[in-house]
Amino acid sequence: MTEAWTPHHREGRLAPVQEKEHDRPASLDHPRAPRRPRGIPYFEKYAWLFMRFSGVALVFLALGHLFIGLIWDNGVYRIDFNYVAERWASPSGRSGTWPCCGWRWCTAPTACAPSSATTRKNVTKFYLNSLLLLVTGFTVVLGTYVLVTFDASIS
Amino acid sequence: MSTATPASPAVPAPRPHPSRRRSLYRGDPGMWSWVLHRITGAAIFFFLLVHVLDTALVRVSPQAYNEVINTYKTPIVGLMEMGLVAAVLYHALNGIRVILIDFWQHGPKYQRLMLWIVIGVWLAVMIPALGVLGMHMAERFL
Repeated sequence: MTEAWTPHHREGRLAPVQEKEHDRPASLDHPRAPRRPRGIPYFEKYAWLFMRFSGVALVFLALGHLFIGLIWDNGVYRIDFNYVAERWASPSGRSGTWPCCGWRWCTAPTACAPSSATTRKNVTKFYLNSLLLLVTGFTVVLGTYVLVTFDASIS
Repeated sequence: MSTATPASPAVPAPRPHPSRRRSLYRGDPGMWSWVLHRITGAAIFFFLLVHVLDTALVRVSPQAYNEVINTYKTPIVGLMEMGLVAAVLYHALNGIRVILIDFWQHGPKYQRLMLWIVIGVWLAVMIPALGVLGMHMAERFL
């Protein structure tokens, strides 16, 4: 590869990384031109770490929740308003629910946003990520509101 | 204007079928475990959306909550609850496998063995779980 094979090499510039090539179509950047960084820096890395660390906790929280809700005692057939009121009577009874919901719902955008970034068109990606964030935000806020303001004497 | 060139013996004809690409990943059981992980993840996502909404009804009234919870106590939803247990259990076990592949130095080497272990543990937990869920349903509906 000693012969000059691009204008940059012919002109003796060795690293044509930062520039546009003006003999290429104006709409095409140099393939190796650095892209301007977008979005939250290192988002994918922290999403990756988050999913793994929260996942370890969620294995126990989610499987425990399923066991209590569906298998223990009479399963789902014993669950009604009174059951929830009894369980949520003390703050410690609610303490398991929030991290479970919160973590789980943070996992949704962190798991899906990076992969959609590599597989979808920009516009589709934007709308899908917005929808995901909207649904997630709504659910986390609603779930937190319900947990914090729960009132067993409501009629 | 024609761009066709006359056949030349110096230029080899394109191969009729591209040779099967050798891939470390494609077709491996690890690929299917990833597919299942995505499918169960999406299914759990949608169930959780519904579950947070139905639980939110405790802020509306006990009657509204009980009415909606009663739909969980029907035979068809009972079968869907079995599916939910299956999906969450697979997602949890395979998630541990993914964590080990990423963090354990021998993880990638044993990824396939770990998948068989995941399937084994899944079966070992699912069979008694289905038994208990089935007994709850039999007690209620038979």
